[in-house]
Amino acid sequence: MHNHCAIPAEASGGGSDLAADEAAALIEIDGLTKRFGRFTAVDHVSFRVARGEVLGFLGPNGAGKSTTMKMLAGFVTPTEGTARIRGHDVQANSLAARRALGFLPEGAPTYPDMTVAAFLRFVATVRGYAGGELPRAIERVVTLTHLDRVWLQPIETLSKGFKRRVGLAQALLHDPPVLVLDEPTDGLDPNQKHEMRVLLATMAPHKAIVISTHILEEVDAICTRAIIIAAGRIVADATPAELRAKHPSGRLDDVFRQLTEREAA
Amino acid sequence: MRTTLTVARRELAGYFATPVATVFIVIFLVLQGALTFNLGNLFTRNQADLAPFFTFVPWVFLLLVPAITMRLWAEERRLGTIELLLTLPITQTQAVLGKFLAAWAFCAIALLLTFPFVIAVNLLGSPDIGVIAAGYIGALLVAGAFLSVGAALSAATKNQVIAFVLGVAVCFVFAVASNPIVTDFLSHAAPSLAEITRRISVIDRFQDFSRGIIGLRDVIFFATFIGFWLFVNTLVVDARKAA
Repeated sequence: MHNHCAIPAEASGGGSDLAADEAAALIEIDGLTKRFGRFTAVDHVSFRVARGEVLGFLGPNGAGKSTTMKMLAGFVTPTEGTARIRGHDVQANSLAARRALGFLPEGAPTYPDMTVAAFLRFVATVRGYAGGELPRAIERVVTLTHLDRVWLQPIETLSKGFKRRVGLAQALLHDPPVLVLDEPTDGLDPNQKHEMRVLLATMAPHKAIVISTHILEEVDAICTRAIIIAAGRIVADATPAELRAKHPSGRLDDVFRQLTEREAA
Repeated sequence: MRTTLTVARRELAGYFATPVATVFIVIFLVLQGALTFNLGNLFTRNQADLAPFFTFVPWVFLLLVPAITMRLWAEERRLGTIELLLTLPITQTQAVLGKFLAAWAFCAIALLLTFPFVIAVNLLGSPDIGVIAAGYIGALLVAGAFLSVGAALSAATKNQVIAFVLGVAVCFVFAVASNPIVTDFLSHAAPSLAEITRRISVIDRFQDFSRGIIGLRDVIFFATFIGFWLFVNTLVVDARKAA
């Protein structure tokens, strides 16, 4: 099933490893494919993410990162293949899958007219929080994402960095075992980026996290593993150190360019 | 149910967080007032009833209801929040129903604010309150019917202007389906179709209500009509996920 990978890495190492992964994997994607008319946006993508892993999802714009994440979140119906979150198929058993998932969509969309407070209350109520649990759950994420200063502000009046944090707070609200974050650090300043990485690192041991990013240094900073996709296919699936070894320079952006330009050409 | 109401409450609060609610209600009341008093001659008819008021309600709704529904889904698609909404643990039916209920509650609020008309005719004479109540129920059902059409069309596009124009056009077809111009033409061209169009006319069904008759058939018609379009709405939302 990894035969489409340009670099088999250690995934094909042995059946016993795979079996052990399967027991622990919170995210299981098998042969996920999305075609828009004759254009194939995502082409038989398969991977697993276990608890404790932070998977960096890399690729040029239009490579199929967001589409893959949307299929994993159950927002886009795949043409072929399956995705499971904590064992629940995102299509067949979508509510159970979504309960285990915290999802930050591309661009961190939120309702601009709502205040931060009203928005998080809405998400918390939909997530099933009520009574005294509701303010506790909200307080936890507000502290985590430092939103207390803008608590009563309409979201449309917030800076890009705050808006993204509101999106993140929404995703973290129910303390989900699986986090899928589409470009969580896009638009943040260097301090905020650092904060975000620290936050992700503290949560990492208890969760399976997938983040998409364009910033390769981020992969080194927080990811335990990276997948590079180009033109809808996985071209590499390895640890950051293994990836760096693919190019004589030992620099991730050289590896990235080498892998994705060859695929796109 | 709780989830549906949570969605509805958020949606309804959204109307009042923007000038949408004020503009809609003011225009609705001004149009209704102008039409009832000027074209409907409420005072000079010398009858203490709201017949002129109810004559115009469906036409004012025809114009204004698509203005509410055009943003219902199209706005979520434009903002990208639809991705958030549909990846929360909410079923499609709950989302569709919640949005519809919010819009319907909003129309109910607008209708309630026409109470000065009721007070006016009560001061001038002694109208049949039952007839007026039936008229209001009918008006609410007409609003629901138009809302369900508009919501389904809004789900099909992210362009609000397209959603509005389509909404007015399709609602218009259901409004005038029993108009003699339509049925006369159809009874020559396709007699079987003429019978059907007479039965699906929203305005025709409403006429009984405005005369004070709440017929079971009419109620079932509206329930089926709204149910059908809400079902279409879920299908459209689903189809766009697979597109």
